[in-house]
Amino acid sequence: MMRRFSSHRLFWPFAALVLLLAVNAVFNPGFWQLQWRDGHLYGSVIDILNRAAPLALVAIGMTLVIATRGIDISVGAVVAISAAVAALMIGGELVVKDGVQTHVTRYPMSVAILTALVVAALCGLWNGLLVAKVGMQPIIATLILMVAGRGIAQLLTGGQIITVYYAPFFFLGNGFLLGLPFAVFIAAVVWATVHLLLTRTALGLFIQSIGINPAASRVAGVRERLIIVCVYVFCGVAAGVAGLVISSNVKSADGNNAGVLMELDAILAVTLGGTALTGGRFSLAGSVLGALIIQTLTSTIYSIGVPPEVNMVVKAAVVFAVMLLQSPEFRSAVRGLVVRPVPGAAR
Amino acid sequence: MMAAAATAATPAVRRGLRIDSRFVPLVGTLAVFALAAGYGGVAYTGFFSAQVFLNLLIDNAFLCVVGVGMTFVILSGGIDLSVGSVIALTTMISAGLVEHAHWNAWQTIPMVLAIGTVFGALMGWLIERFRLQPFIVTLAGMFLARGLCYLISIDSISITDADYTAISQARIRLGDGASITIGALIALATVALGVWIAHATEFGRTVYAIGGNETSALLMGLPVARTRILVYTLSGFCSALAGVVFTFYMLSGYGLHAVGLELDAIAAVVIGGTLLSGGVGYVAGTLVGVLILGIVQTMISFDGTLSSWWTRIVIGALLFLFCLLQRAFEGRSGKG
Repeated sequence: MMRRFSSHRLFWPFAALVLLLAVNAVFNPGFWQLQWRDGHLYGSVIDILNRAAPLALVAIGMTLVIATRGIDISVGAVVAISAAVAALMIGGELVVKDGVQTHVTRYPMSVAILTALVVAALCGLWNGLLVAKVGMQPIIATLILMVAGRGIAQLLTGGQIITVYYAPFFFLGNGFLLGLPFAVFIAAVVWATVHLLLTRTALGLFIQSIGINPAASRVAGVRERLIIVCVYVFCGVAAGVAGLVISSNVKSADGNNAGVLMELDAILAVTLGGTALTGGRFSLAGSVLGALIIQTLTSTIYSIGVPPEVNMVVKAAVVFAVMLLQSPEFRSAVRGLVVRPVPGAAR
Repeated sequence: MMAAAATAATPAVRRGLRIDSRFVPLVGTLAVFALAAGYGGVAYTGFFSAQVFLNLLIDNAFLCVVGVGMTFVILSGGIDLSVGSVIALTTMISAGLVEHAHWNAWQTIPMVLAIGTVFGALMGWLIERFRLQPFIVTLAGMFLARGLCYLISIDSISITDADYTAISQARIRLGDGASITIGALIALATVALGVWIAHATEFGRTVYAIGGNETSALLMGLPVARTRILVYTLSGFCSALAGVVFTFYMLSGYGLHAVGLELDAIAAVVIGGTLLSGGVGYVAGTLVGVLILGIVQTMISFDGTLSSWWTRIVIGALLFLFCLLQRAFEGRSGKG
């Protein structure tokens, strides 16, 4: 029974998260306390969930891209672009009309959100076409948008931080539904939809087969290029949604700093969740767990009073540990140390 | 007999074409630089002066040094994302040693160079020994080096040491009132050394062989494992050297120095005509790539009406163009 648990692929990410939560509970007695205030739940755990939502969204998109042997390092720039588009189109000001305070937007909020998502999808389409049609290496194809995208976001915002004055927009990143942060619901719905789409149709299998052997899956009749383009488009849209949540949370859009280093956190989350960067087998739930681990780690570092800058060293240690554990060579080297190596058998 | 001659001739023709196509990206790079310089000279007054062009080298000396190391990494088919943060770490350790521990420049510089070299060697060892992906190892290295900066100090430390200030302000006159800094000279020397290593040493030829086809290199009995570790060691050394040049340039140590520089370095290497799939490229091309990035920045600052973010957009567009060009000339036999 125990063996069945420990051999499950989500065992280690889950164990890491539990361990982190336990460390938190020891150092911070109030960590698990939940309060009902102003019609919603309040507490450290809720805070972690709320802050992890955008990262989880990006990580879900990134998982699919990585599963096809790709990588998308432009997600941070897409977050910035989508936030800039939404903030620009909503803008908003408080107007007193007939003695009643009302919010006036430049365009209706639905149009603004839709436009931001379409722009994000176009960014993904651009990446996908470069990878699947032109045949560039994914890291380079997305590097182009990563470099230029932030410039475009700054061009849109005119190098300024654009503040949004429209209360309904804040609901995305700050609102609560059924006592829980609304952003958590967005991430959950996206995850559930993708999960159903991948498990109830053959799409998940196709994506996995492309990652394991692109040539063989093409010969077997999988429409490899179309699926790769779709995966990048989805990754763009997921980053766009994350951009909306982030800009709604901080009530502004900053072309220069929104989503900085997000691509690295997302890749880290995917790796932590047990998806290998070489493609093939992937786990959406693992990536969401990975995002939660990263956010919990950040919160832990803040709460035990270590300077937040040390966060990077801890993250580096985590990445080193995870990638070594994933490497078959490392495992066999450790096994060689524990079990006496046969002379000449070791490399 | 006829048939044998025909089959023998076909590969020879193809090889001839392939050698030509290898030079095309480099020729393209030079053409872009000439075009940019020509346009700048026509459009902006005072652009065509020796000092403007020397400033390209002075302001981008550290990028040039990093680019040489990155060229070798990319030639071997890898990537190094840690270079920017190793520069930051070098400035930080230099500033810490000089200002807080009161070392002099001649003790500090060998020390930081050694640290960068060991850092690169460790990453190379992890990549080679445990078959890890260079992308993720150097990504972790990037986090680690930036984090270590903040362990030394969260704030910027300015350097007031007499030797550092003297080297930073030294100008070598080249007549016509034009002058060049020591940092720029180090950059030129690094490029020269890089060209020599790439084309005249066993190590350099092995790097090309690994990038071209690792299995073949292994079967030929080339020291693949050692060379790969050395490639990252070299990149670590170049990053530390670039950090020293950057310290002279900024006269301060700061954890936020050179953020995102790894992307500029990769862009410079690609624009310089090195194929990202490895095996094809020139160290000298990287120098031209760096100068193109520099001239884009200079033109935008000369123009005055364009904002700084146009630099990023133009660099992105150039990257796109050169990647397309590479794809066009990589041919069907490319590794994709």
